[in-house]
Amino acid sequence: MDQTLIFWTIVGMAVVTYIPRLLPALFLSGKTLRPLLTAWLRLIPPAVLAAMLVPSLLIREERVSFSFDNLFLVAALFAFPVAWKFKSLSATVLLGMGLVALGRFMGVGQ
Amino acid sequence: MLLNRSSVTGIRRALPIVLGYVPIGFAYGVLAGKSGLSETNTLLMSLIVFAGSAQFIAVGLFASGTGPAAIILTTFIVNLRHMLMAASLAPYLSGWKKRYLALFSYELTDETFALHSSKAQELGESMVEALSLNLTAQLSWVLGSVLGIFASGLIGDVKPLGLDYALSAMFIGLLVSQCANRMRVVTAIISGGLATGLYLLGLHQFHIILATVIGATIGLGVEQWIKR
Repeated sequence: MDQTLIFWTIVGMAVVTYIPRLLPALFLSGKTLRPLLTAWLRLIPPAVLAAMLVPSLLIREERVSFSFDNLFLVAALFAFPVAWKFKSLSATVLLGMGLVALGRFMGVGQ
Repeated sequence: MLLNRSSVTGIRRALPIVLGYVPIGFAYGVLAGKSGLSETNTLLMSLIVFAGSAQFIAVGLFASGTGPAAIILTTFIVNLRHMLMAASLAPYLSGWKKRYLALFSYELTDETFALHSSKAQELGESMVEALSLNLTAQLSWVLGSVLGIFASGLIGDVKPLGLDYALSAMFIGLLVSQCANRMRVVTAIISGGLATGLYLLGLHQFHIILATVIGATIGLGVEQWIKR
């Protein structure tokens, strides 16, 4: 794709990202939502994060892989407790990337 | 914005995000360079889209030759969660002028949302602090991206450095910070399992939003059922 088309794609991405961020703030600010809706909204962040994360850890080449070759899953087994213990995003990211790099360096997985 | 006590507090509260955003923004900058995005376009995305996971996903799609319409649609679906996050903060943003609401929501990400929702009750009175927190977060993301753009030419392949794992690792950190009680953990497990199943069934873009809505709804149902 040429850079001009990439530019316009990014502009389109910006529009579709901003509108959903903006509309609720403009129209719901200061309003009280129903308790049931609030309870549902509170569950959205863990739900969407897990929906993006779990397939990226489990699926290799269109199949579920629980083998030690699956470095993304192995690294996650270490990254989860570190994230839990230290509550640090950067520590989790650096450890995860480090483990994947180490695994590849030693040739134990991909 | 004046550099008063509130804005300094906002900057200080943003520091954990800064520590996460600089290395992740760096990984994004490197990957974007490797995927054939120009330096200007790479930087532009961090300035006007400012959504970490969507930027990573988009870079992957650009590299695989996906068309503009599919990339924009994917971005929309992946970022639709911010609408739900904005809606959950909105009731606390009372008394804010429209232009400040517009600025605030422009920089609403998973990370800034997590910090704001932990002190949501005070948002109405702490506008300057909230805006300076957001601005600090985006500046660190842009800084990381710029460093990545410079490093991109120096790094031959991202895989030996594990940079392709940055996104998953970021999700792990964010997910753990969101799992404050048992119902949230249950919701995450349901939603993650569903997303995997739907993906394997061939739903390669809509699996995220479908699994999110179904997972959160089942979680809410279980929560209400237990309360009785």
